[in-house]
Amino acid sequence: MDSPEESRELCQKAGYTFTFLSDPKVETIRRYDLVHAGAGEHGRDIARPAEFLLDSSGTVRWVNLTENYLVRARPEQILEAAKALR
Amino acid sequence: MKLQKFNWQIWAGFLLTLAAAFSYTLVFVWWPVTRDFPWVNLLLFGFAMVLLFVGVRRAFASGRGWISKIVSSLLAILGVGILSLFIFGAFIAARRLPASHGAPQIGQKAPDFSLADTNSKVMSLSELLSTPINGATPKGVVLIFYRGYW
Repeated sequence: MDSPEESRELCQKAGYTFTFLSDPKVETIRRYDLVHAGAGEHGRDIARPAEFLLDSSGTVRWVNLTENYLVRARPEQILEAAKALR
Repeated sequence: MKLQKFNWQIWAGFLLTLAAAFSYTLVFVWWPVTRDFPWVNLLLFGFAMVLLFVGVRRAFASGRGWISKIVSSLLAILGVGILSLFIFGAFIAARRLPASHGAPQIGQKAPDFSLADTNSKVMSLSELLSTPINGATPKGVVLIFYRGYW
């Protein structure tokens, strides 16, 4: 939900090279039913943490909807799930 | 004026309480093993509480002034307050998440979207799934939704 400019700053500081998209109107987050209403700074709507692995047809093959936002999917878990994609 | 020995336990306990609280977001959040369950911070809090307890007991020992008793009590109360806030944040607030029953499940198609990347170039999910990387079609896409700020 950050703007592209805010995200670009974050990516440059952190050295991220993957595609980083912005959803400032919280539209995609809403479509995926991941809105965490009012949980952001100044009561902004933000996303609740979630990770999805899609295959080449766009079908979900693995999901992680954490019950605790301190706990996120670890890279090894996603890579393990990705191995199953052919 | 009678000089009493410095009650280092109460001050060490209080400083350790601050360190236990702040070190989570400053240090231990960087490794999953210390972030997923804040066991190091809880250990530090444990030591801090022991020091605070010893410090308060010492302050209330005979021969110590009333200022010592008040300051120690305040530091101990603050320390317990900080620990309570930490426990609330890490174990209660962190679990207050929406159910998200409508989120795409295994076997469902993920909804397409078109969003701007960091260079304000619009990318769609269908593009990400089909644009070749190093000459090969992608085997899939990982979508990561983060909270927006920690």
